[in-house]
Amino acid sequence: MKPLLTVEHLSKHYESRRGLVERLTGVPHTVVRAVNDVSLTVAKGEILGLIGESGCGKSTLGRAILRLNEPNAGKVVFDGTDVTALDPLALKNMRRRMQIIFQDPYASLNPRRTVAEIVGLPLKLHGLASGEEARAITARIVERVGLKANQLDRYPHQFSGGQRQRIGIARALVSNPEFIVCDEPVSALDVSIQAQIIALLLELKREMGLTYLFISHDISVIGYLADRVAVMYLGEIVEMGPVDDVLANPRHPYTQSLLSAVPEIEPHGRKPRVRLKGDLPSPLHPPSGCKFHTRCPLAIDICRTLAPVSENVGPGHQAACHRLAEGVSLMSETGA
Amino acid sequence: MSALLEVRGLRTVFHTRAGEVWAVDGVDVEVRRGECLGIVGESGSGKSVTFASVMGLVRSPGRVAEGQILFEGRDLRALSLREMRAVRGKEIAMTMQDALTALNPALTVGEQIREALEAHDETLPARGQPRRAAIRAKSVEMLGLVGIPSAESRLRQYPHEFSGGMRQRIMIAIALACRPKLLIADEPTTALDVTIQAQVLELITDIRARLGMSVVLITHDLGVVAEHCDRVMVMYAGQVVESGPTAEVIATPRHPYTRGLLASIPRPGLRGQPIRPIEGQVPDLIGMAPQCRFYSRCPVRREACLAPVAMRPAGAGRSARCVLLDEVPA
Repeated sequence: MKPLLTVEHLSKHYESRRGLVERLTGVPHTVVRAVNDVSLTVAKGEILGLIGESGCGKSTLGRAILRLNEPNAGKVVFDGTDVTALDPLALKNMRRRMQIIFQDPYASLNPRRTVAEIVGLPLKLHGLASGEEARAITARIVERVGLKANQLDRYPHQFSGGQRQRIGIARALVSNPEFIVCDEPVSALDVSIQAQIIALLLELKREMGLTYLFISHDISVIGYLADRVAVMYLGEIVEMGPVDDVLANPRHPYTQSLLSAVPEIEPHGRKPRVRLKGDLPSPLHPPSGCKFHTRCPLAIDICRTLAPVSENVGPGHQAACHRLAEGVSLMSETGA
Repeated sequence: MSALLEVRGLRTVFHTRAGEVWAVDGVDVEVRRGECLGIVGESGSGKSVTFASVMGLVRSPGRVAEGQILFEGRDLRALSLREMRAVRGKEIAMTMQDALTALNPALTVGEQIREALEAHDETLPARGQPRRAAIRAKSVEMLGLVGIPSAESRLRQYPHEFSGGMRQRIMIAIALACRPKLLIADEPTTALDVTIQAQVLELITDIRARLGMSVVLITHDLGVVAEHCDRVMVMYAGQVVESGPTAEVIATPRHPYTRGLLASIPRPGLRGQPIRPIEGQVPDLIGMAPQCRFYSRCPVRREACLAPVAMRPAGAGRSARCVLLDEVPA
């Protein structure tokens, strides 16, 4: 299938701000490579899960794809159009088709606007509808996400976290988009409410033929709803593939340790635990070579100097690790 | 095994402008010596307030209205503030969810461990150099216990110089400084990434075994409870709805809320199958009728649920707050 979205060598770097003294004395910029040379594709109707720990760059990647954060290098092609080359007006038109649902249902809604104003704004911005018609469309989508039409004139603070997330979903969907970046849409919610929102997102995807890039730190959520998964570590994708393959047969040591750290409810589902040393290194001073080598129990000399390239390890399944060919695995080394 | 902590009929109320909120309404807890008890519930279920009440940390407009809190047979509610202060930190210690706000940003980590030791540790030499040396040695030992390397130099650092996982370890070190018999860990890993969460939970389990203390683990994550707790107590809207040995509660939940909670957890094995969320939301506790609190969301509700529902025995060591247990014998 032809991909709906293609991301090629996308990078987003942030330079630290230098004060006057630093500038005069020629102290160089420190650069945070939040997203570093990331390539991926998302097919129409697919859910690509993007997983990683805080600070790995997954949200920055999602935003860079929509050019909410302007990428420094690389290309984003959506349905044949190079999004990274669009002028501001064309980009605005493109955004009707590419939307985002944010993580924090408290910070992402304007507290001084009513639900009707928040959800109806995309209709106005894109000139899709106005007046009574806009209100009718807004009411319809608000009801579809599980709120009541008589709540249209209320303000965000009058809703619970789960309901606010429904408002955010309605806003993303009102312009009838094709692709949505779901940026940790359920992470701030309680378990029972989280299940409601996941069920809603899956229903909406089916009904409206949507395509999702679903960002999450929760492997269970990704395993439940994604078709394929990409694993990020310090700004780079270390492993990507069909979700069943990656969960059943993770090839990168980071993926392996991530999976083994998830607490399992079922006693028989428990895997041998791979304990990672230390914390995520500072992205200001990322390790040389393979960025995972400082925490990797399998690291050898070459990992400290040379960054591994992504190789095929199965149908549609890639991983970037120097030790793939040897077939060493954390699961087997520490396993029973 | 005798109970270390026994709470009976605890009721804690918050007076708000909108009315009285019974955040904890008739909660019984038993923590046995050496065990790890998991407390599971969603936001607002009363799990943190229950243990804030045990610690005597509920402040106005909140108030512990009724109930007994027996620690080694002593009723903590009958203690004076001064006596309670001697219990807190020394006999029972608590770690908070958000280590960054719970730690004092203006004091070094060493100073904060010293505070705990100075308040409670009577084995320290009275004054002078020997006292300072003893405090220093114990502080280094505590940081070592929670797995913080190069403790000597780390003691001179401030909380902001540590990562989230390290801060949680520091809070645990402070809590354990006086070797309490009971550690209450309130969502110790909620703010942490999954690989760091695994490290911290293993640390708590490991220290519990080594020091032989009891642990209450407050969490919203049933997976965490399944891996680390002997017994579990499920709370909903200020009440305990189910309790029992963890493996049995998870294998055969007896309360519809526990069942709903388990069914709500997305699992990779269930892909393609519809997830069955609990409908609706947690009820407003203000002016709550004395009925089953799960009534509005319960898929199997009936008329009998509109009367107050008490905990019922539900098999060996198990109990649940559901009228259906009367119909289907355990």
